[in-house]
Amino acid sequence: MTTDAPLSLHVPEPAVRPGGTPDFSNVKIPKAGAVPRPEVDVDPESIRDLAFSIIRVLNRTGEAVGPWAGLLSDEELIEGMRHMMTLRTFDARMLIAQRQGKTSFYMQHLGEEAISCAFRKALSPGDMNFPTYRQAGLLIADGYPMVDMMCQIYSNARDPLKGRQLPVMYSSKEHGFFTISGNLATQYIQAVGWAMASAIRNDTKIAAAWIGDGSTAESDFHAALVFASTYKAPVILNIVNNQWAISTFQGIARGGAGTFAARGLGFGIPSLRVDGNDYLAVYAVAKWAVERARRNLGPTLVEYVTYRAGAHSTSDDPSAYRPKTESDAWPLGDPLIRLKNHLIVRGAWSEERHKQAEAEILDTVIAAQKEAESYGTLHAGGKPSARDMFDGVYAEMPPHLRRQRQQAGV
Amino acid sequence: MARMTMIEAIRDAMDVMMARDERVVVFGEDVGYFGGVFRCTAGLQQEYGKTRCFDAPINEAGIVGAAIGMASYGLHPCIEIQFADYMYPAYDQIVSEAARLRYRSNGEFTCPLVVRMPTGGGIFGGQTHSQSPEALFTHVSGLKTVVPSNPHDAKGLLIAAIEDPDPVIFLEPKRLYNGPFDGHHDRPITPWSKHNLGEVPSGHFTLPLGKASIVREGTAVTVLAYGTMVYVAQAAATETGVDAEIIDLRTLLPLDMETITASIRKTGRCVIVHEATLTSGFGAELAALVQEACFFQLEAPIARVTGWDTPYPHAQEWDYFPGPARVGRALIETVEA
Repeated sequence: MTTDAPLSLHVPEPAVRPGGTPDFSNVKIPKAGAVPRPEVDVDPESIRDLAFSIIRVLNRTGEAVGPWAGLLSDEELIEGMRHMMTLRTFDARMLIAQRQGKTSFYMQHLGEEAISCAFRKALSPGDMNFPTYRQAGLLIADGYPMVDMMCQIYSNARDPLKGRQLPVMYSSKEHGFFTISGNLATQYIQAVGWAMASAIRNDTKIAAAWIGDGSTAESDFHAALVFASTYKAPVILNIVNNQWAISTFQGIARGGAGTFAARGLGFGIPSLRVDGNDYLAVYAVAKWAVERARRNLGPTLVEYVTYRAGAHSTSDDPSAYRPKTESDAWPLGDPLIRLKNHLIVRGAWSEERHKQAEAEILDTVIAAQKEAESYGTLHAGGKPSARDMFDGVYAEMPPHLRRQRQQAGV
Repeated sequence: MARMTMIEAIRDAMDVMMARDERVVVFGEDVGYFGGVFRCTAGLQQEYGKTRCFDAPINEAGIVGAAIGMASYGLHPCIEIQFADYMYPAYDQIVSEAARLRYRSNGEFTCPLVVRMPTGGGIFGGQTHSQSPEALFTHVSGLKTVVPSNPHDAKGLLIAAIEDPDPVIFLEPKRLYNGPFDGHHDRPITPWSKHNLGEVPSGHFTLPLGKASIVREGTAVTVLAYGTMVYVAQAAATETGVDAEIIDLRTLLPLDMETITASIRKTGRCVIVHEATLTSGFGAELAALVQEACFFQLEAPIARVTGWDTPYPHAQEWDYFPGPARVGRALIETVEA
């Protein structure tokens, strides 16, 4: 007969569910400027605490402070803000287009714009991102044509991917944007392989991997960390922690670890946490990690602490799983408003100029949308041919596919 | 020409390609310093250096995923999964990624990748070192699947696979590594040095993917086989005296339907032999294709001789393995039907 008490299973729960009062008291936020900036060739062992803090540059009054500040000019910051505003406007228009039935599906970036927009500016031409579905800022900030993005979303006659991919699963080799998969985390280890190839060929290009907090639970994430660590691959391992994986709070993927960044420590990879809603901090940390990779010092893991202010996609309603006001309670604020306030504090911007920029950007996005819609939308106007469906499965079409194409009569 | 085992021929193919093309890299579990558990990469690290041939962590998804990234960069990785049975953790990377990069990016990103893996039984490997998962690959659009049956073909097909612009699954019947095997496990082993297909051209040579080979001409029945079963079928034909025409498919996808159809239109009968389990096996696809193409020439039902629908057992290896007696019975039944 046993005297042991019966076991019980622990299933983590978020602090609050719908109907409750939002509570982020567990998010420990250090003061802007408080976290030191180590040299890029630092011994990873000596900066383990950076995996548990949050690197921040913009303070409450909109000033850029501390050792990670001072990298960007007024012009660069204004450009960065315009990228974020463009992405937000683009998202708003495409969400409406989806509700109007012009496409089947859409995924927005609301609240996370700073991360992909700022990161892109730290890379050089030829570097390769292996993104998820929420990094379109990489394309916007690199000047990829919005019309092409919209044509992809509409799966119309000018869709660069010929209607084969779900909306927002863009691909652009020229703009360093790897073809997006719908399967989560597969791209993380591929980015490491791409970076290894660059090192094998003694090239100078580096790779950036992207993943969300929920998908870090996938085995491919761990494969990527093992390979990156073993071969010291020139890769930046980005984790966008936006708190929610559809309806599942980040604690389910994180488990007992203090932070997602801490996952890197066991692999000996320098691991940093950064305020993902702070354009200047994101850029500064990205630049630090890029320099490490470029100097052949190996991988860096970066966790961007942010909040997904919108739904996961057009297919879910966040009010079913989290308090409606949780987004307003998020302590790191809105990345766009924070950068705008900073530019005003710097004397480089004003409310008037901001309103004017908003109007200009809206006009530009609407013009792009009109052009894209002239090539068709999902159920109206021009669309890719059924014949396109059979092309590109192989470099050369094998006999069995040729037969099937004949049977399909296209 | 040189006499080689299948292991040496496979190694030679990689050697030739690594010398010709700096984009070719080789890695996997134990393949670097040690040269692979079956010795297929012996000496390649010493010859081409640690960045062209190296050991990988024991993580098949990682090996394939990293190779996909390398291929999208522009390298031509030829990687080893130590046993086909270990492939499953990498299946998502193979199916959702390697096979689809070209299609989903409209040709912007491609995946010239070869995944080599020892397959099949006959070595008392039990359920985790004996499987034949070829149908799991032929079912996937975007992949090519190759199964060589001798040193000569293994070299020519592997070089063609490495030069192919798309991902190729290269299944190496491990029971054939050191010699042909006809299923008579109680008889002495014949080495490749005593077989004419152990003669392998030196230097660069290729065999086209998608071309079958008629290894025995006959008029009474067509046998469709690949890998180890090519020799089992030959033994069965000899021992029963049935005048079988035996086709070694060599590539399962793309499939050489021309050779298959021409033969069955001549013989009017068809027996399909594979080591993998029966249900939804590649034999089912072959049977469907044969009846579509040759229904009015067929004089008997198409027969399948395969492994049983059980996990591959250990002690009962020879009860499971579709040996010459079972294949012989099918030949007789089919010609007498």
